[in-house]
Amino acid sequence: MQYIRPRTAAEVSHLLMTGDGGARIMAGGTDLLVQLRSGMIAPKAIVDIKGLDGIACITPEDGGWRIGAAVSGQRLGEHEHVRAIWPGVVEACELIGSTQVQGRCTMAGNLCNGSPAADSVPALIAAGAVARIEGPDGAHDCAVEDIPEGPGKTSLRKGEFLSSVFLPGRPAGAADAYLRFIPRTEMDIAVASAAVNIELARDGTIRLARIALGAVGPKVVLVQDAANAIIGSKLEDPALKALARACEAACNPIDDKRGTAEFRTTVAGVLARRAARIAMTRAKERAGENP
Amino acid sequence: MNIPSGSKQEFKVIGTRVARPDGVDKVTGRALYGADFTVPGCQVGLILRSPHPHAIINNIDASAALALPGVKAVVTSADWGVPGDEGLRDIQDNCLARGKVLYDGHAIAAVAAKDMATAKAALKLIRVDYTPLPHVTDVDAAMKPDAPVIQKGRADESVPQGSAPNITHYCEFGHGDLDAGFARADTVIERSFTTAATHQGYIEPHACLASYASDGKADLWCTTQGQFNVRELCAGIMGMQASQLRVTPSEIGGGFGGKTTVFIEPVALALARKCGRPVKIVMSRSEVFRATGPTVSSSMDVRIGMTQDGRITAGEARLRYQGGAFPCGTVDMGAQAAFAAYDLDAVRTQGWNTLTNRPKEAAYRAPGAPMAVYAVESVVDELCQALDLDPLEVRILNAAQAGTRSSYGPTFDQIGLMATLEAAKTHDHYHTPLAENQGRGLSCGFWFNFGGNTSVSLAINSDGTVGVTEGNPDIGGSRASISMMAAEELGIPYDRVRTVITDTNSLGHNDVTDGSRVTFAVGLATIKAARAAIQVMCARAARLWGIDEDAVIWEDGAAKPSGPNAGNFEPMTLAEIAAIASETGGPIAGHHESNAEGAGVSFGVHLADVEVDPETGATTVLRYTVFQDAGKAVHPDYVEGQMQGGAAQGIGWALNEEYIYGADGRLQNAGFLDYRIPVASDLPNIDTVILEIPNPGHPYGVRGVGETPIVPPLAALSNAVSRAVGVRLHELPMSPPKILKAIMAKE
Repeated sequence: MQYIRPRTAAEVSHLLMTGDGGARIMAGGTDLLVQLRSGMIAPKAIVDIKGLDGIACITPEDGGWRIGAAVSGQRLGEHEHVRAIWPGVVEACELIGSTQVQGRCTMAGNLCNGSPAADSVPALIAAGAVARIEGPDGAHDCAVEDIPEGPGKTSLRKGEFLSSVFLPGRPAGAADAYLRFIPRTEMDIAVASAAVNIELARDGTIRLARIALGAVGPKVVLVQDAANAIIGSKLEDPALKALARACEAACNPIDDKRGTAEFRTTVAGVLARRAARIAMTRAKERAGENP
Repeated sequence: MNIPSGSKQEFKVIGTRVARPDGVDKVTGRALYGADFTVPGCQVGLILRSPHPHAIINNIDASAALALPGVKAVVTSADWGVPGDEGLRDIQDNCLARGKVLYDGHAIAAVAAKDMATAKAALKLIRVDYTPLPHVTDVDAAMKPDAPVIQKGRADESVPQGSAPNITHYCEFGHGDLDAGFARADTVIERSFTTAATHQGYIEPHACLASYASDGKADLWCTTQGQFNVRELCAGIMGMQASQLRVTPSEIGGGFGGKTTVFIEPVALALARKCGRPVKIVMSRSEVFRATGPTVSSSMDVRIGMTQDGRITAGEARLRYQGGAFPCGTVDMGAQAAFAAYDLDAVRTQGWNTLTNRPKEAAYRAPGAPMAVYAVESVVDELCQALDLDPLEVRILNAAQAGTRSSYGPTFDQIGLMATLEAAKTHDHYHTPLAENQGRGLSCGFWFNFGGNTSVSLAINSDGTVGVTEGNPDIGGSRASISMMAAEELGIPYDRVRTVITDTNSLGHNDVTDGSRVTFAVGLATIKAARAAIQVMCARAARLWGIDEDAVIWEDGAAKPSGPNAGNFEPMTLAEIAAIASETGGPIAGHHESNAEGAGVSFGVHLADVEVDPETGATTVLRYTVFQDAGKAVHPDYVEGQMQGGAAQGIGWALNEEYIYGADGRLQNAGFLDYRIPVASDLPNIDTVILEIPNPGHPYGVRGVGETPIVPPLAALSNAVSRAVGVRLHELPMSPPKILKAIMAKE
């Protein structure tokens, strides 16, 4: 097995193109090494992208933030500005793995691993994040929700890799939140999860909403009906009930060792409701800070 | 020499919290665990395991594997004979399947190769021709008359004629007239319960290194709870004389009963013999889950009658345990322990063991007791709710005491149950108010404890220090407590004593570290070995002083004349006697060998407060207090550690831990990600209250403490959760989906 650490995106892309399908990208490596060790994969080459310029940087752009593909959960968590406008994305990313894993794991890797239970993915999708993809024909952008296609599968084509994720800027009176259910308090994989991103109008009603659910289907789902249920409301009880019902209706989970389909469906609604309340509290606080 | 008889009351060393002797080694990485041993020329051993839960092995073709460069040997069960002893044969057949594979993960063949990559490649080249058979992994399904038969003709003499073919053992305990007892009750509740198989979850996977010389002498280094047992089993399987095999135990990273047998050790020896080089085998975590011993899973019915004022009039339990693909007698201990906390006129317990296509169960901390006590204590709690009685008062009203004829036969001597119940009653935990969605659970627990074969040697060094040599791996602080007992008896400071655990050639036979026996039995032997050394030291002083041996006493670490009539001599300290030992008769040592009896039983009472999220079924343990009789706590830190560790394991068992089998009979969660032991943040600080009701069978009053604390948590948690959610749960683990389902069914 070869270990290669290229300096440019073009080199990475070239290695992926010529690697005979046997080359795997490594950013933090926290999924890759586990898969290697368990015998799930046996790549001919590991292409470490941490040598690319800016790949581990968090850069301001158009009022938002560009998060390099090798930015660790720990670094993101320490970034006050990103945390201020995207608290839900940051708290989701900080739930990946353990303290040790946080030093290495990345949101880009979390997204490209293709797990429906990935913690940062529902939050990124709810946030309307945009992924930058490098490939043989150069770079292009793609909505984050278009990347996962099913367990372990992504829409990335041969030679392509994800170099950064862009979190847009946003007005005051906007916030997000992420909650997951695990049977333990840490070191676990989401049995169901929900991310809620809202923007308030001047009158305090919800003007915009995006809601994404994890671990309740083959990929993370963006639930438009759930957003519709709360848009125009101040999260009064009927709106919250409608939100939970819309989330339940969007669930298509499986029964497995981690939880029953029935449990996942019920809990997804509960988590969405609770996350919406947290997002609302945060949005009001931000509106108050920046009138 | 005169030594006061009876229970000692005043202590200088016992009861203090001295520094643990293994602490620095363990935190600096100097301690050598099973996988840390290595020797030149060592080969990597790997084991091929069955993907089928039940299948006939038609043929094993290892020719392609053997042809791979770097592969040194392949072994199968054909490399061993067939032992006449049934128990040994089962252990051997579990190490390498003979004729049939009996569970997913059952070992079939093993390879020795120059490195891990070659060994892995070789495993893939071994061709096994299987004929899959129908399988059964559930205890109740396995007991049906038409269930797939796992092994034919394995019922022992206890099993009634006409029983289902997988039933291998039956037992019955109790006394009194059950019908009359139930007739006297104002309320009778009968419920059925199930518990899942749980694993001991030790951090250190099994590991061993075997070296086998061409003249037939062999050495084995391994992580184990009993090197003498490993020697006996391996010598039996390999057809060796015990003297030709020396087994040296490593530092041990947890055992909890799971390291009281062999899995890989005879395989490593067989590979080493065949390839003529040392072979090391280290299990992966997945192998530990699939192929070592979890405890039994159970299905149980319990029926208890109670009067309006809380007196239990009769108790009955039917326990059905499965211990995997080989016979076991674990249900005996469950059937004996189920009602041990109660003074009953009428009680009966029956137990059945059945075979299933699962790994052979191994001992797990108070084997068989936690599940039986869970079922009984759940019904007692439900009766308390039904009759609006205080659950602690009901336990006090019915508590077994000295003189009680126990539910399993013997009459109790001095026991600490009432003292622990009274301590719980006066503790502020029991009186703290609870909020909405919170519940408090209570349970008693019991373990027999054990003594057993023990051999200890104690050397007086010429500089006045002492070396104790013992033969039981230290799984819970025994080196500290043994050094403390030696220091106490000799009258010297703790830091002058070092206790080491030795190989099988250096002492007489020592039983496995089990049954909470070591602090009791090895401690007892150490005290007696110290007394033997004291006798020699008194004799040396007597000779120097020219007085009779009987006129010398041992006090405060020195020989003294017994009184003015004996003569007027300055006391001679241990160090002074040791310094001139070579001039007074040579080295001084004491030793003791016995099959220790008199291990006192131990009772505990646990209180658990939980809060259940009514929308997700998630349980948070808010507060937990363990009350337990330790007889005498030699090193209170370690005793508290045992109480906390048992509670932690029991909480995991109650809430999330389980072996999950698919319809295909394969284990679905062979790793710590989906086999959920509690992580630190899942647990509250576990408070402890040590009671000391001396065991008359030990000079210092010591009782074993290691196993009792895993017995009460299952019911304590279930009772707390049931009270918090307002619906009674009858199944473990109480994972969130099950709790949420129960809550939603109630609404």
